[in-house]
Amino acid sequence: MSEIQLQIDGKEVKAKEGMTLLEAAQNAGIFIPTLCHHEKLEPFGGCRFCIVEVEVNGWTKLVVSCVYPVEENIIVRTRSEKVDRIRKTIIELLMAHAPDSPQLQDLAQEYGAVRDRFEKDASFCIHCGLCVRYCAEVAKKNAIGFVGRGINKEISFIPEIAAKECNNCKECFPLCPTSYLQAAFVLVEALAFPSPSSKPEPEE
Amino acid sequence: MEIDKIDQIIDKHHGEASSLLQILLDIQSENSWLTKEALGRVSEKLNVPLNRIQHIVTFYKAFSLVPKGRHQVHICVGTACHVRGATRILDTVEEATGIKPGETDLDLKFSLETVNCLGCCALGPVMEVDGKVHGKMSPVKTAEVLKMTVS
Ligand code: SF4
Ligand code: FES
Ligand code: FES
Repeated sequence: MSEIQLQIDGKEVKAKEGMTLLEAAQNAGIFIPTLCHHEKLEPFGGCRFCIVEVEVNGWTKLVVSCVYPVEENIIVRTRSEKVDRIRKTIIELLMAHAPDSPQLQDLAQEYGAVRDRFEKDASFCIHCGLCVRYCAEVAKKNAIGFVGRGINKEISFIPEIAAKECNNCKECFPLCPTSYLQAAFVLVEALAFPSPSSKPEPEE
Repeated sequence: MEIDKIDQIIDKHHGEASSLLQILLDIQSENSWLTKEALGRVSEKLNVPLNRIQHIVTFYKAFSLVPKGRHQVHICVGTACHVRGATRILDTVEEATGIKPGETDLDLKFSLETVNCLGCCALGPVMEVDGKVHGKMSPVKTAEVLKMTVS
C-alpha cells in the first residue's frame, strides 16, 4: 500500500492509503475529539464532533475526520476558530437533550459551550449509535436498534433477544455518553422480562 | 397472515436479503399491516437481524405496525390545499370517523393520514380514498364521499 504524506497541525505525518484522517492523526499522537467514534467499530460519522479544517491547493474546507480518507499533501488543522465554533454549537445542541452528561460537560468547558443555550428537550439519547453498533458489530447479538427517524428517532431493545443475551453481556453500557442506554434497559427489563426477584411474592 | 403466504412472498424474491424492502412492501400491501410474526419470519428466512428490520419499517411511512382500516383516507394538507381550506376537510373527516391522522377506528373501518401534496393542486382541496382522488372538496362533499365509501 502506498504511503501518503500530509501535514496535521504543522507536523509532517505519514499515513497509509485508505486510512481516515482521524486514524492518521491518532497514529501521529495528535488528538482529535470524538463522540461517536470507537476503534472497534466501523466509522459512523454521526456526531460531526471530529470536524477539522483541510486545506487543498489553498482552498479550505471542513471535513469529518473519522470518515475522511487521507490525501496526499493536504494541510489539516484540528483546531481553528471555525472548527471550535462548530464544536461549541454541536455540544450546545446535544446538551439540549442530555444536559447532565459528564462527557458533554467536560467538552462544554473546553469549548466554552453554554449549557442552556437551546431549549431543553431531555430525550437523553444523543444518537451516537455506539450501543447499537457495538451490539451488532462486536457482540453480534443485535439486541438493540434504532427506530423511527428524524426527531422521533430512538433506541429500542428487542425484548426477546435482550431477555436472553443482555444480562450476561452489558458490554455496551460503559460506551453510552449519557447513560440513557442503562435507563432504556431498566425499562425494557421491567416491562418485558421482569427478573424473578421483582415478581410479586406468591400469596401464602 | 399465514406463514405460508409470507413464505410465498419471500420465495418470489428468491429469499434474497437485498430484496428486503420489496418483500416488506408486498406483505404490507397483502395484509395492510406488518405483524410481529411476519417480521420475525422475514428476519429468520433472509438472515437479516430483527433490529435492522425494525429500523426500516419504522423509518418509512409506507409501513404500518398496527392494523389498518378497510378504507384508507388521505387528506392533502400541502400548501395549495391548505390555503384552499384543507383543515376544514380534515376536521370533517375527523368528526365523521372519530379518528385523528395516523389512527384507525376500533371497527377497522377507516385509517386516516395526511399527505403533503398529491400532485394535483389545481383540484384542491384534495382527498384520496382507497387510491381514488376526489377534488374540490367541501365539508358537505367530504361527508358524502365518506358515506358512499362505507355503503
Ligand atoms: S443510548 Fe447512549 S450509546 Fe446508545 S445511541 Fe443513545 S447516546 Fe449513544
Ligand atoms: S466521531 Fe466523527 S462524526 Fe462522530
Ligand atoms: S397541495 Fe394538495 S395536491 Fe398539491
